[in-house]
Amino acid sequence: MQLIACPWCGPREEVEFTYGGQAHVPYPDDPAALSDEQWAHYVFFRDNTKGRFAERWNHSAGCRRWFNAVRDTTSYRFQRVYRVDDPKPVTP
Amino acid sequence: MAELLRTHPLEAWAAALAELPDEVRITPEPFVAMVDVRVPAAASEGLAVRGTPLPTAPNTWTPTADGRMVWLGPDEWLLTSTGTVPHLLEEELRDQLRPVGGTAVDVSAQRIGLRISGTRAREVLAKGCSIDLHPRAFPAGRSAQTTLGQAGVVLLSLGEEGFAVLVRSSFAGYLASWLLDAGLEYVPLG
Ligand SMILES: [Zn+2]
Repeated sequence: MQLIACPWCGPREEVEFTYGGQAHVPYPDDPAALSDEQWAHYVFFRDNTKGRFAERWNHSAGCRRWFNAVRDTTSYRFQRVYRVDDPKPVTP
Repeated sequence: MAELLRTHPLEAWAAALAELPDEVRITPEPFVAMVDVRVPAAASEGLAVRGTPLPTAPNTWTPTADGRMVWLGPDEWLLTSTGTVPHLLEEELRDQLRPVGGTAVDVSAQRIGLRISGTRAREVLAKGCSIDLHPRAFPAGRSAQTTLGQAGVVLLSLGEEGFAVLVRSSFAGYLASWLLDAGLEYVPLG
């Protein structure tokens, strides 16, 4: 089983974690000003990256904290994990 | 502590657990007051709660005068006390933590404790837990929130005295059955 390194708890088995979708999707500054189409894009539309993808993960069976991770969607390998308030790492 | 007219969740398992050999001693711990404490991470460093500094290193716990203080997250702790009734502990902590923006919630009914000791304790736990429990990696004062069998637990290392497992009361029976099964091979035949 793959180990995922929680930024707080360290390496734990992947069954302890829950996937939270794409990271760095900013909440609209003025949601009321959005058209239905723009709102739908914010709520439902996500990138479908092949390769390195910045994602949200939750250590749900451990410390229950959210964090971000860069994962390669073709190999499932985690490239790095970082805290939610850290900037998105520059990936080649 | 006031006499509580409650049935211990492991009462029905106590006799079977007592049959286990000394290599695997599993003892249900009595009810204790437990309060979930949230303190903003910035205010928690060096903050003493009930006379003991909050353990700010992840996955650690500290003994207090009459209980334990367990790290649950960067801004969350579990405090247990054998000498206070739950609502008074909650009140006391609330009064102390309000000025620093903290909260305290009585969660005494959520979890119950089990003590696991003996020379085979680590082997029994290792059957259903992926944490490295070797004393080098998990010495006294370390804790982990993880799964044991299928149950979510808070695992505390007590060093020479073995381990304490805090489990949801509704999962305690399941965990006791699982531990009895895991300890079966150390029961002498006949
Ligand atoms: Zn964690």
